[in-house]
Amino acid sequence: MDNSKTFWLPEKASTFVDTVDPAFDLYLWISIFFFGLIVILITVFTVKYLRRRPDQLATAQITHNLTLELSWTIIPLIIVMGLFFLGMKGYLHMRVAPSGYMQVNVKAQKWSWGFEYPSGAINDTLVVPVNTPVKLVMTSRDVLHSFYIAAFRTKADVIPNRYHALWFQATRTGIFPVQCTQYCGTNHSYMLTAVKVVEQEAYNEWLATASDPGKGKTPAEFGAILYQKRGCSACHSVDGSKAVGPSWKGLFGRQENCGAGGMIMVDEAYIRESMMVPTAKVVMGYQPVMPIFKGVLSEREIVALIEYIKTLK
Amino acid sequence: MIAHVHHENINYLKASKGLKNWLVTVDHKRIGMMYLASILVFFVTGGTFAGLFRFELWSPLKNFLTPDQYNQFFTLHGVIMVFLVVVPGIPAALGNFILPIQIGAKDLAFPKLNLTSLYLYWIGAAIALYSIVAGHADQGWTMYAPYSLSRNPSVLWMMVAAFILGFSSILTGLNFIVTMHNMRAPGMTWYRMPLFLWAMYATGIMQIFATPVLAITLILLLMENFFGIGIFDPALGGDPLLMQHFFWFYSHPAVYIIVVPGFGITSEIIACFAKKDIFGYKFVAYSSVAIAIIGFVVWGHHMFVAGQSELADSIFSFLTFFTAVPSAIKVFNWTATLYKGSIDLKTPMLYALQFLFNFTIGGLTGIILAILSVDIHLHDTYFIVSHFHYVAMGSTMIAFIGGIHYWWPKMTGKMYNETVGRTAAILVFIGFNVTFFVQLIMGSQGSPRRYYHYQDQFQIYHQISTVGFVILAAGLFMALFNLIASFFNGSVAPKNPWGAKTLEWEEADSPPVLYNFKETPVVTHGPYAFETEKA
Repeated sequence: MDNSKTFWLPEKASTFVDTVDPAFDLYLWISIFFFGLIVILITVFTVKYLRRRPDQLATAQITHNLTLELSWTIIPLIIVMGLFFLGMKGYLHMRVAPSGYMQVNVKAQKWSWGFEYPSGAINDTLVVPVNTPVKLVMTSRDVLHSFYIAAFRTKADVIPNRYHALWFQATRTGIFPVQCTQYCGTNHSYMLTAVKVVEQEAYNEWLATASDPGKGKTPAEFGAILYQKRGCSACHSVDGSKAVGPSWKGLFGRQENCGAGGMIMVDEAYIRESMMVPTAKVVMGYQPVMPIFKGVLSEREIVALIEYIKTLK
Repeated sequence: MIAHVHHENINYLKASKGLKNWLVTVDHKRIGMMYLASILVFFVTGGTFAGLFRFELWSPLKNFLTPDQYNQFFTLHGVIMVFLVVVPGIPAALGNFILPIQIGAKDLAFPKLNLTSLYLYWIGAAIALYSIVAGHADQGWTMYAPYSLSRNPSVLWMMVAAFILGFSSILTGLNFIVTMHNMRAPGMTWYRMPLFLWAMYATGIMQIFATPVLAITLILLLMENFFGIGIFDPALGGDPLLMQHFFWFYSHPAVYIIVVPGFGITSEIIACFAKKDIFGYKFVAYSSVAIAIIGFVVWGHHMFVAGQSELADSIFSFLTFFTAVPSAIKVFNWTATLYKGSIDLKTPMLYALQFLFNFTIGGLTGIILAILSVDIHLHDTYFIVSHFHYVAMGSTMIAFIGGIHYWWPKMTGKMYNETVGRTAAILVFIGFNVTFFVQLIMGSQGSPRRYYHYQDQFQIYHQISTVGFVILAAGLFMALFNLIASFFNGSVAPKNPWGAKTLEWEEADSPPVLYNFKETPVVTHGPYAFETEKA
């Protein structure tokens, strides 16, 4: 099977391709037929009946033809009803995960994705085994987002205070882009990650390491991993460049102006507070847009992140 | 003593002079012209913002706008174009001017209400612009919660603006319906009404029934904002999807409020420039009404990936397919009208034919979005952006511009330069299709909408689209300058330059006198009673 992209559709990598692409192609041909028919008729009539002298009149006044009118009412009706059933059948298949699926919880926030595995593994990209149904149970920590993998032909909005699920089964290994398709503010178009489809054995290996990422690491090393996996990197740089949030480089021990909140010293207590209650003291020049990490980060992870920040001088 | 001058027999442009007389006028023609001028100003403004972000998208990296500015500009473009241009557009400008003359009345039923609706439009427009400029609004014209709620007070003011603009719309719709019921000239039966009027009637119904939902939404937003009652905001226990339901319950019928008037204009132009009676007059008339009614029960198709139940999605998909049928009927009927006609490719006809071309693409790309399984892939991509523009710009605005050219001699008493007009129409056709056709491909390839930064593979499509925009803008400005120039030095328009059969051409002067007709006209034939060649 040729999995590369075509003129209209992107590369193919899930079982949904088998329902979506043929429906798209069928409809494409129906469209080309009707569009071609209309354009040809208009062109032929325009050329044939073009007014050649100023006082030329029509050669006939035909006001109706019941057979013709009924046929172009009934034929489109039959076609669209067929399309309805075709679409609904494919859609119900896309909505209901088969038994034996593997579940991953997805948390979306401005502007990053987090994937949580039943084993406790947490990652910023989605790693899944090939040829296995995977169900994503998704929720948002702030505004609406939408989870979209073009190569899988699937998409679902991610909603705060609610779980919205989708499932898929990847048909080949590879790395495919995951995009946010529901407008969510400044960095909406940078809210990207990837789904990495691997063989079952590679997946098992990855999961074992990912489930205990701090194992054998110093807190600062663990913090560096968390910086990526917890989505901190979406808004905070470590090289001093200004992004949505302050850079972590040289942050620890600095005096900062919080406007009405007065001057503060960035120490362990301030960093901890900024993760738990981000809006408590916002440094001047930044918007209060950071998600709340209270109940999200474990005590060990908080310490690891603080230790990591300390190393960024 | 000097003989008394009869104001009634002077053309409406000269009947009284001075800005004040225009601002307090209750003449539907002057109100229509003021609407037209306002709407064209907003059209140029909205188009300018589109141009700015189109050039920003020349490359995936930053060119000259920041992500926030990009977001604000597409919001400005969307809000201005939807709420200030395409929704009020044809009814407020051309409907106001033409409707009373086409039924042989001397004005609308409620002339003062008509002036009120113009002032509401101006006030609403001012508030809308204030809300986006002062509030740095970047929530998009769709204002989805809870993101939009975090942009307060901008979203609140935007709703206030939409509410006021909505009332302007309701008053116009009401005025039209009452006028059509009560003020038709002797002999003007319902089936002798030009199809433009049937379209205005269908639009009026939608304006009256859909727009109040905006008011409900505003009240709920106010309650949430001032009393902390959780309605839409999940932080207060509200449901953001409820806001989408309210929004689309109004905005979906609004899509038909946008496009149905375009159907009306197209019917007038095609009949006139093919010298043919419209094929299947009743089918065309009733299909406008059918679209208006079905349009109320399909809003959920905007929410196929939003988290509705599978049952709701399936029902909305099923109902949506029914809108395809009356739309198909119209396209076939217009095409059949050309058969055995005497086709004159004057400027308005070039716009009507490109309307047919673009609307066929707009309609066909709409049907595919109703196919549930395929929509999951296409939802929120450039495919939607393109589909929507094929309908709102490629169909409605094209019909609007065609209508302006068609009725320009009547409205101003001047003829524009035909060669320049046709050249502009061709540029607009090429520019529009170059701009938006590639967006269909980009979308089905999986490029999400409202993206400041995009994958490198889409750059070529964006660049083609931007080149198309330049051609389109050149065509539109050429058309605009041609019209404006004719106003000052165009040749004098005869009463009926196109040889049309409707009242505004057969009975009213160009431009019409203050009360449209010197005597009440009596209608003796249908709107498209063209003759045939003698064998």
